[in-house]
Amino acid sequence: MKYIYYPGCSLEGTALEYNISTKSVLGALGVKLVELDDWTCCGATAAEGTSHLLSFALPARNIALAEKMKGDLDVLAPCSACYLNLKRVEREIVLDPGLLKKINQVLETEDLVLKGKRKTRHLLDVLSSDISARDIASAVVRPVNGLRIAPYYGCQCLRPYAVFDDPEKPRSMEPILVSLGASVYEWDMGGKCCGASLMSTAPEAGIKLVAGILDAAQDADAVVTVCPMCQMNLEAYQRRASKMRKTHYAMPILYLPQLMGLAMGLTDEQIRLDLNLCVPDGFLHKLPDAQAV
Amino acid sequence: MKPAFEAGRPHGASKNLEERLEPVRKMLLPCMQCGTCSGSCPNAWAMDFSPRHLWRLLLTRNGEEIFKSRTFVLCSTCYSCTLRCPRGLPLTDAMSMLKQAAAAENVRMHRRSVGFYKSFMESVRRHGRVREMEFMTLYFLSMKNPAIPLRFTPLGMRLMAKRKVSFEIPSRGMGRLDAFFRKAKAVEDQS
Ligand code: SF4
Ligand code: SF4
Repeated sequence: MKYIYYPGCSLEGTALEYNISTKSVLGALGVKLVELDDWTCCGATAAEGTSHLLSFALPARNIALAEKMKGDLDVLAPCSACYLNLKRVEREIVLDPGLLKKINQVLETEDLVLKGKRKTRHLLDVLSSDISARDIASAVVRPVNGLRIAPYYGCQCLRPYAVFDDPEKPRSMEPILVSLGASVYEWDMGGKCCGASLMSTAPEAGIKLVAGILDAAQDADAVVTVCPMCQMNLEAYQRRASKMRKTHYAMPILYLPQLMGLAMGLTDEQIRLDLNLCVPDGFLHKLPDAQAV
Repeated sequence: MKPAFEAGRPHGASKNLEERLEPVRKMLLPCMQCGTCSGSCPNAWAMDFSPRHLWRLLLTRNGEEIFKSRTFVLCSTCYSCTLRCPRGLPLTDAMSMLKQAAAAENVRMHRRSVGFYKSFMESVRRHGRVREMEFMTLYFLSMKNPAIPLRFTPLGMRLMAKRKVSFEIPSRGMGRLDAFFRKAKAVEDQS
């Protein structure tokens, strides 16, 4: 299995541990990644807030670069915002040839042409569709038995394009969690919005969404996510949410490949839990071989 | 340091708000006012008009009124409404088109979100990739609140301690995607 890897900006900054753990886990599962050379920002949610055409041309630049690479490889994006932006280009140019023409006018400035011949895949899509839960299970050396893990999907890997999961009641993470030895925490917040950039543009609204998700996760041992924006919102604003709700949230928010890495016995350097803003000691002690650490 | 652009001040506005609303209106014509979008929206409680109500206003009132509402800047692009609208209308896109209009015309009331999106894009224009610390610094500058760049906020300090972001003075000069951005604007202005 081989993919063109598009990490995106967050994975080089605030979500560095997502980048490192994704590469480590996929490597350990025998998946090859070739990073897209000279990639640029997909526009995140900001391009859409300023210019319709840029919100297509920015992700399109990266797809056009991928099209120049040999082979028929899919583009793999771990960040949900990147994934959706690239996927949108893939879907919309088929429906609107005029849009493709405009995109290509912009791409001319970079000597690139978009043909629409690459598929973009979310990391969770690859983990749940291309790799079998059995393969993951056989890579597990220290199952995280007994941990109650709340799967959090967020929005953009699910909606508006229903590609690999039910956009209202997502479940694609569950077989993965089970193969790690975890028990799936039952809740209905997995596909609810974390507030995205509202935490900066309208924090009074964003913080309510964050607190709602943290409340619902109360009896879980950890939440796992597959999106840098979700992870940041749920992790970094726990203090503010605690103040607002007059409570004390201390919920570990891990990236899915970090939890996989723990169960697969990868090293600290391959998982980088130290980069998370807060992984309470209580959580680390719950891990099966915590005594040995 | 001068901000890269002035949030909330019109500069060379090419089209007026009313004109920018036309395509959104056209898109919303089939709305049957069922309210499914409002019921699906996680932020409806914070909005002055529910999404359904905003569509109604859009179809019956003039532009200025629409832009006095905070509804569209409170859209967190979760796509729940788009997924569920029985008429299959691309409602998240409609919200984004209103954000784009507010950004193009620098509607002062919405400078917090307009400034946020524009600061992000400015960093992308300069480097091709967003530099989070620069972007946040530009954002605070554009808000005329340079007293609180990210590096002085508790979160900024925690991120710096983890070496996830580094302190950078926003740099001007030739941008990596200058030509790309210019071309996009030219093509968009033509249509
Ligand atoms: S869900 Fe669709 S049809 Fe119903 S009120 Fe909203 S926009 Fe109109
Ligand atoms: S996409 Fe925006 S308007 Fe629609 S439900 Fe989500 S937050 Fe509300």
